[in-house]
Amino acid sequence: MYQYDQYDHLIVRERIAQYRDQVRRRLADELTEAEFVPLRLQNGLYMQRHAYMLRIAVPYGLLASKQMRMFAHIARKYDRGYGHFTTRQNIQFNWVELEQTPDILTDLASVEMHAIQTSGNCIRNTTSDPYAGVAADEIIDPRPYAEVLRQWSTFHPEFIALPRKFKVAINGAVEDRAAIAIHDIGLTVVRNEAGEIGFKFMAGGGMGRTPIIGSVIRDFLPWQHLLTYTEAVMRVYNQHGRRDNKYKARIKILLKALGVEEFTRQVEAEWVDLKDGPETLTIEEMQRVIDYFQPPAYKQLDDSDVVAAQAGNKAFANWVNRNVKPHKQPGYAAVVLSLKKTGVPPGDATAEQMDFMADLADRYSFGELRVTHEQNVVLADVEQSQLFALWQEAKAHGLATPNIGLLTDMICCPGGDFCSLANAKSLPIAAAISERFDNLDFQHDIGEIELNISGCINACGHHHVGSIGVLGVDKDGSEWYQVSIGGAQGNNAAIGKIIGPSFSALQMPEVIDRLLKVYLRERFEDESFADCAQRLGVAPFKEFVYATPIAEKGGRLVGEDEYV
Amino acid sequence: MNMSKNLIIKGREVVEDDWQVLRLAEPVDGAPVHDPATVSVPAGKFIVPLSLWLVQREVLSARTAAGEIAVWIASDERPETLKDLLDQFPLIAVDFPKFTDGRGYSIAYNLRTRLGWTGELRAVGDVLRDQLFSMQRVGFDAYSVRSDRDVHDALKGLSDFSETYQASVDQKVPLFRRHARPLPAEVNNDGAGI
Ligand code: HEM
Ligand code: SF4
Repeated sequence: MYQYDQYDHLIVRERIAQYRDQVRRRLADELTEAEFVPLRLQNGLYMQRHAYMLRIAVPYGLLASKQMRMFAHIARKYDRGYGHFTTRQNIQFNWVELEQTPDILTDLASVEMHAIQTSGNCIRNTTSDPYAGVAADEIIDPRPYAEVLRQWSTFHPEFIALPRKFKVAINGAVEDRAAIAIHDIGLTVVRNEAGEIGFKFMAGGGMGRTPIIGSVIRDFLPWQHLLTYTEAVMRVYNQHGRRDNKYKARIKILLKALGVEEFTRQVEAEWVDLKDGPETLTIEEMQRVIDYFQPPAYKQLDDSDVVAAQAGNKAFANWVNRNVKPHKQPGYAAVVLSLKKTGVPPGDATAEQMDFMADLADRYSFGELRVTHEQNVVLADVEQSQLFALWQEAKAHGLATPNIGLLTDMICCPGGDFCSLANAKSLPIAAAISERFDNLDFQHDIGEIELNISGCINACGHHHVGSIGVLGVDKDGSEWYQVSIGGAQGNNAAIGKIIGPSFSALQMPEVIDRLLKVYLRERFEDESFADCAQRLGVAPFKEFVYATPIAEKGGRLVGEDEYV
Repeated sequence: MNMSKNLIIKGREVVEDDWQVLRLAEPVDGAPVHDPATVSVPAGKFIVPLSLWLVQREVLSARTAAGEIAVWIASDERPETLKDLLDQFPLIAVDFPKFTDGRGYSIAYNLRTRLGWTGELRAVGDVLRDQLFSMQRVGFDAYSVRSDRDVHDALKGLSDFSETYQASVDQKVPLFRRHARPLPAEVNNDGAGI
């Protein structure tokens, strides 16, 4: 993975000094809170419902074991013993003190980490495929390009106060596992007919209040021009993006208002002066960065049938089927450690689990881990012969729930329990649904399904692109939940459609149950929920869900009031 | 009109300055904005709104020629408007109505790189210490720090960083072209190509 050189170290060190002084000036009242807000946000520090929350950058989701151990240390020393992995492949700590944040950054810098641009109206952490470098369908490893973008965008002087946040995702494989269509810029590495590498360049995707799938603005951009072309897009956006209305400030609104053709024309006009300029990437520079991402020292192995070797062990077989992913190197596999155990907020991990995951990485996977945007952690390079041992250990630490891609592998934002923007709680809904559908045989029968829950329209929980999306809404001061179906991320990204009036929290598990019943009744063999919902449309689901009143069972939701 | 001298940052020093910024008052409760066509520019050295200068350029021509009139560009205006007029001004200012409005950075960049402005480029408006480093990078060389803030303190903002990754106006060459950045010895580098 990438390692800091003297320049990266210097910039991060100087950043800490700058930020430490900003905190000092805020505490001394030399900065007003209004002046401090954009400064702290550009350092990932939010004010949440109860406390400050610090979001730490995990560039394109890639972590070294010592970095994971540092998270455990931060959780213990500065927080309440856990952290939350997010859909942006980052980690958040929910209970930090402002005064201590400069020290946290100092600790982070000792393992080449920081919180730069994890929030605020600037270019955010670039996200990517958690299986980068190991996926069998990979065209080219996207991480070096993400790293080049990381460096270029870090403290870019012209783009520190954009109209709104700006998110870039990059995918290097046939299958899009980076959800590029719902990012401000979405890049896919492609080869042209001559075999040269370039990018299919999308812009103007995003979720939030106005969910929009991005548009292709260039079919093939040679890799050398990655930075100059991105700069052209950023300059058009910085100058013309709306600033009068925060809800209309994202690049997707500009692109829609101008139309793809006009937007592209403006970008190309801006690019004329930048093309072939000094930011044009050189072979030497690209090769230098690529060299950091060389495959680890794999052994020469053959693929083996690990399930057959443990014949009769159904639990292990389930886990292999769900949580173990194919690998391009024979004899190896990628393993997903599930952070979706029933009863635990999706994406949460304790300090003890973080230390343990770091340990597993050292012993089984060349000391590296990845954070997925579904809020799990991946060990990408495990020898197949070690899978059984690894499984037993992971199980003992609550990290081997065999549910990856299934109903309980849901995405969920922190919602009303933490977030001051929430309209409704989301974690208790997630908990209640997990509890209700805990039965793994049933989940396996349902098959792949994405249940995504957000506590408000900001869509941090990706509800728009869930096969089933749940959105917390406020109705006359009480919390309700709007349900959509048919959303999808990936190559066939789509925004889900709302099925009808919203539900109370206590009705939600039954609503999900009814949606699943329609699917089970209507599906073709091997048809996923997503495909079935696409084929049938909303009508049959809507009809069945609303046909008879839904009792508010139980009186109290599982997990309610637990997360204060 | 207050004619006392202001303290501003020029280059990397705090200096006295006798320019005043003329602003057409914002509309309040339906009262009309001052009309750029009729407002009269008081005697003295004034940085006037670009819109005012454009409509009054005849009226102001003698004073402009005498070097006592400059213009400021609002964040929603295009610097290209000044394309063939640049040599008329002793300085050009760019307004930051709020420090969170980043359009001025792109305006400055375009003035320097596209339009070739080499004279003084001054940031005015909501200009604060923590923005100065970026402002200097996109081509500003003078800063009128918000009057309730200590200009000497703000000066420190210009030295927050000693290295930067990307190219801009102050540094035309990105880090990767400026310095050899050899891989640490432990990185295995005998692998794949582009
Ligand atoms: C302090 C808690 C948080 C706050 C205040 C917050 C705030 C926001 C806001 C205001 C938006 C809407 C932006 C827009 O559409 O212009 C948003 C979107 C988003 N946030 Fe958060 N968020 C928080 C936590 C999280 C967490 C925990 C995650 C990941 C689990 C996350 C990931 C996202 C994503 C993926 C989006 C959608 C981006 C898009 O529209 O493309 N946020 N957030
Ligand atoms: S979706 Fe809303 S409630 Fe959930 S984290 Fe984002 S801003 Fe908060």
